[in-house]
Amino acid sequence: MVQLTINGIKVNAEEGMTILDAAKSVGITIPTLCHMKNLFPSGACRICSVEVEGFKGLTPACAYPVSDGLVVETDSPRVRRARKTIVELLVENHPQDCLICVRNKNCELQDLSERYGVREHRYVGETKSHAIDISSASMERDPAKCILCGRCVRACHEVQKIGAIDFTKRGFASIVTTPYNKGLNVSDCILCGQCILVCPTAALREKSSVKEVASALYDRKKYCIAQVAPAVRASIGEEYNMPLGTDVTGLLVTGLRRLGFKKVFDTNFAADLTIMEEASELINRIQNGGSLPMFTSCCPGWVKYAEMNNPEILDHISTCKSPHEMEGAVLKTYYARKMGIDPKDIFVVSIMPCTVKKYESARPELKEEVLPDVDAVLTTRELVRFFKIAGIDFNDLPESEFDNPLGESTGAAAIFGTSGGVMEAALRTAYWKLTGKELDKLEFEEIRGMEGVKEATVNINGMDINIAVVNGIGNVKQIVEEVAAGKSKHHFIEVMACPGGCINGGGQPIHQKPEKVMKRVKVLYQIDENAKHRRSHENESVKTLYREFFGEPNSHKAHEILHTEYFDKKKILRN
Amino acid sequence: MHKQIFESYQPLDRSSLIPLLQDIQNIYGYLPENALRDISDFVGVPLSRVYGVATFYNQFRLTPLGKNIIRVCRGTACHVKNSANILYALESELGIKAGETTRDKQFTIEVVNCIGACSIAPVILVNDDYHGRITVKDIPKILKKYQTAPASKKPEKAEVAE
Repeated sequence: MVQLTINGIKVNAEEGMTILDAAKSVGITIPTLCHMKNLFPSGACRICSVEVEGFKGLTPACAYPVSDGLVVETDSPRVRRARKTIVELLVENHPQDCLICVRNKNCELQDLSERYGVREHRYVGETKSHAIDISSASMERDPAKCILCGRCVRACHEVQKIGAIDFTKRGFASIVTTPYNKGLNVSDCILCGQCILVCPTAALREKSSVKEVASALYDRKKYCIAQVAPAVRASIGEEYNMPLGTDVTGLLVTGLRRLGFKKVFDTNFAADLTIMEEASELINRIQNGGSLPMFTSCCPGWVKYAEMNNPEILDHISTCKSPHEMEGAVLKTYYARKMGIDPKDIFVVSIMPCTVKKYESARPELKEEVLPDVDAVLTTRELVRFFKIAGIDFNDLPESEFDNPLGESTGAAAIFGTSGGVMEAALRTAYWKLTGKELDKLEFEEIRGMEGVKEATVNINGMDINIAVVNGIGNVKQIVEEVAAGKSKHHFIEVMACPGGCINGGGQPIHQKPEKVMKRVKVLYQIDENAKHRRSHENESVKTLYREFFGEPNSHKAHEILHTEYFDKKKILRN
Repeated sequence: MHKQIFESYQPLDRSSLIPLLQDIQNIYGYLPENALRDISDFVGVPLSRVYGVATFYNQFRLTPLGKNIIRVCRGTACHVKNSANILYALESELGIKAGETTRDKQFTIEVVNCIGACSIAPVILVNDDYHGRITVKDIPKILKKYQTAPASKKPEKAEVAE
């Protein structure tokens, strides 16, 4: 323990703490821009500058460790002046189009400008201008709005370990971009959107599909159907000032109906369907000597990663389409026929916590005949904007239930939205399929939680099944290399590209509190605990679907409609 | 062509990034894209970071150099002696900007801050030859000297046509 003085207050702090953390422990908030929790301080932006007695210059609080007897001023006139100057310089080299910016009222630069009372243009000169990168199906990159804090670069390099973008050039010409300033679509980017979540401005944002969906909704000929991913219901309440971790499923359904969707279905239904297919595929591979271990295929970011970096392991990835694509496929085949609707008129909109799903829905192989399984994907953030335009406020909305038959789901499907969930759901059904009995204890605590790689062994019918859950694409490399070298001891591996799984997806509401985001997990586990059925094979609608349409899991018809294929994309990128 | 360079380095060692870039530039005179990719794989650093380093330092070039490199001194003494005009004249004569290479790959113009020949300002350095106390009028003559030197066919034809 060391004792220091911050703004005249005696503070006891642990050794190794920074001034920033010590100040926070006594309720003094020092502003930060480049700082990222849990990562090594970079000290680049200087907005956290404080005055330390006896030091000539100002000191960055995010990077300076506390020591005994330190006397710190975090709000002296000199500090204020320095911070204001930093903000002024940033603002002057930033397109001042807040009124028409997608991050209006949710922008850190805007907040700082307000906080330090920037009211005039003191520095007038050349400003940077860069083209917007709209090349990818999921994301836009607008370097003119970039303030070079480097958080996206660190999220990409240090958290996700992809390294698609980095600082290039120097000085005034400095820009965060891809190699050779090419489009994101031809870079190493997997479009996970973690960079969007950490961007303080609108320099990184999703490619919006709001217009497309709005025009479909106003088209009388179109039969618009919405489907909602599990993670959305756990997060969208935050945008309406509800406490973190509020379950708003019922409100969400009402809201979507009021937007004009004829039917509102639950992607969880398709998650149960995915489990039926995936568990059967796993058993099939184990019993008939297929490629093992098998990887899950629910995360399109992971699939894109494998296609671009490790095409040699593509036959290890389950051929199941991801749940929302399955839902779309069932809607355009089984449901259209059952309801007597021309599949051409059906417009499926997926509400997803994810940016990669936009890219996925545009993949040419994911279609029935010529119709795409899913016509448009809205992220959680876009849906909130859509609700705003339509004047729908969650705070005074009645609750309602999903439509049926594609709205019924079990607790196993709800936990798809969190790391380890797909694995847990699959195990529940695989156990039943292999033994004919139900598991006594449904919760697999070993594969819950936030560790990077979670491993466990489950004994089914005397056979040890080794499983692994990769939480965040940054942890996948070693596992993939083991598989490629044929040295893996695992049978089944789940991979989610975003740390924490879909609840922390790149399309989720933005607020820079990573530790609080994890409260969303609780919602999903609660839905599971309270569910009437907690195993995918108990879903009555799924049973009916197999009886009336597919026959049985992994049947020929199921393969045609619910499964897909993967392609080696390494070569395309390298030439 | 550059593969043997890697033999004298340890793989996956980030500290060899800049020496590798220098060695490869020594072979080609610039850094080709496929070489950057090879370095990225060898050092175990994403391509974006290799590119970032290559664009950060002035010593690295990402486009090929011309046969003749013209270095225009823009140091203080040359500046006083109107080197801005010299640079402008060179740029308009060759139809390129400083840092660029002509289409026929004959000339590259670079700007340097001082080449230590202030007594003969304004000065330009073409390859290893110093040309001091020059005026705008001297430029076509100097360029012609170097253009005719290489045994490349196109310029010769152009000369005949003249």
